[in-house]
Amino acid sequence: MRKAGDIIGQESRDTYSICVGPVHPALKEPVRLNLRVRGERIEHVDFELSQVHRGIEWMGTRRNPIQILYLSERICGICNICHTFAFCRAVESIAGIEVPPRARYIRTIVAELERIHSHILWAGVAAHELGFDSAMHYAFRAREKVLDVIENLTGNRIMKAIMMIGGVRRDMDKGQARLVMEAADFYSRCSRKLEKIFLGDPVIKSRTRDTGILTRHDCLALCSVGPTARASGVRKDVRQDEPYGAYPDVGVKAMTPDEITGETRGDVYDRIAVRLREIKQSADIIGRCVKDMPEGKIAHEDKANVLLGELRGVQGEGIGRHEAPRGEVFHYVKLVGEEAPYSWKVRAPTYNNLLSWIPMMLGAQIADIPVIAASIDPCMSCTNRAVVTGPGRRQVLGQDMLHDLSVKRTRELRRGLRP
Amino acid sequence: MLNMQIELVKQLFRRTFTNRFPSKRIPKSVSGFLRSVERGERKMNPPVPVPPGFRGRINYDKKKCIGCRLCVKVCPADAVVFLEKEKKIRYHLFRCTFCGQCVDVCPTKALQTTNEFLLADYEKD
Repeated sequence: MRKAGDIIGQESRDTYSICVGPVHPALKEPVRLNLRVRGERIEHVDFELSQVHRGIEWMGTRRNPIQILYLSERICGICNICHTFAFCRAVESIAGIEVPPRARYIRTIVAELERIHSHILWAGVAAHELGFDSAMHYAFRAREKVLDVIENLTGNRIMKAIMMIGGVRRDMDKGQARLVMEAADFYSRCSRKLEKIFLGDPVIKSRTRDTGILTRHDCLALCSVGPTARASGVRKDVRQDEPYGAYPDVGVKAMTPDEITGETRGDVYDRIAVRLREIKQSADIIGRCVKDMPEGKIAHEDKANVLLGELRGVQGEGIGRHEAPRGEVFHYVKLVGEEAPYSWKVRAPTYNNLLSWIPMMLGAQIADIPVIAASIDPCMSCTNRAVVTGPGRRQVLGQDMLHDLSVKRTRELRRGLRP
Repeated sequence: MLNMQIELVKQLFRRTFTNRFPSKRIPKSVSGFLRSVERGERKMNPPVPVPPGFRGRINYDKKKCIGCRLCVKVCPADAVVFLEKEKKIRYHLFRCTFCGQCVDVCPTKALQTTNEFLLADYEKD
């Protein structure tokens, strides 16, 4: 059978095939959606990734771990702490480095500040997709404060560059602690206000209620992560399931919509509710972390050259997990006693969440595509992992194609071996 | 909708939130505008001050450099190049990612971050 998107235009007497993207005003990042529609209803969904592959993992295998820290920040602009955090945890688990308690608290604070800024940015984008631009500007204004605090703490607004293997690079003084506390209070209030604006609005409610439903069963089958999974009623959060950093002391509980609206439907409305409530949760975590901040060292080793020498001597494999604003980030690193890692693999949360587009979009209307697409907070450039370019058409090697190639090669070799 | 409308009405009586542009209207020539500011003929809204510890353009003091190559080793963007003959480094601003790792690692403090951030230019020097 022909796949949707093979041809663009009329497919049969009453179905049409349309494609959205790769570059499209409704999508913030390049991805191509191939849809078959009957009238206004979507009947079949498929999407093509790998429009922005950058080969970051390959670059990583030619750099030493300290250089990779800054490279991993560039995987995703918004969640730059998440990738660095996961990478640091992976390398620390290989080398058996113990992170000092103060550094763990500072890491947690910065990671939660990042979650606040990412969720508010997302709320603004979601409002914009719905055509509610005044709420978008309101959200972006609210986001400025957290960016200023991050700039004060780390030295830059977005690219924080504060992580170091075995600790953090900058300490937090009393004045900064006060600023962070003020910001935490502000965002507790701001989250309530945003909830009023978004959830109390009848237009947003009618537009997003029962749109893009992801059932609990589908969510478990497709391994969705992060707020997308939690909005479907799956209590899944790395901070709760496998606490790290300062989270064991704080005690995080996964946020599900039944605590906010009283019921779990798994629609876009629930995803908005979960994300907005997580802003408050993050503000509470930051408040507790600043209050209970222990004294002491902020890094396992201050001198980068000594640390590099130490890492050159270790061998082994390690994984690092972190709950990013969009879900679980997973890094795999293999060190073989050389300067550069032998292997580095990144799994970004959007990779899991993208598949949930299919059950969400089936049966929806064309006008709902931007809202549903934005509701999982996709980040394409994190996700793109493999692309093959050649003289002919560009193609992506799937598992079956790779397998066929391998079988072909074996046959060729066997033919060559025959006398 | 009502909650947002209340916010919008409140906003009418608040100060503008966004940072002011350097000049009120787009000048005919930017460099001419800057020169007239220097002469004191026109006024410019100053750029927003940066907090202490900001990672801006990196300043290189050649005299202090001892050629230990630590900065070359940690630089993620190859912005620091070692000059074999002079035993000194060359810092390429246009490759720099402003992570400040070379500043941390420098044993003689030959590299320092500054507060400069208006670095966009048409030429690569």
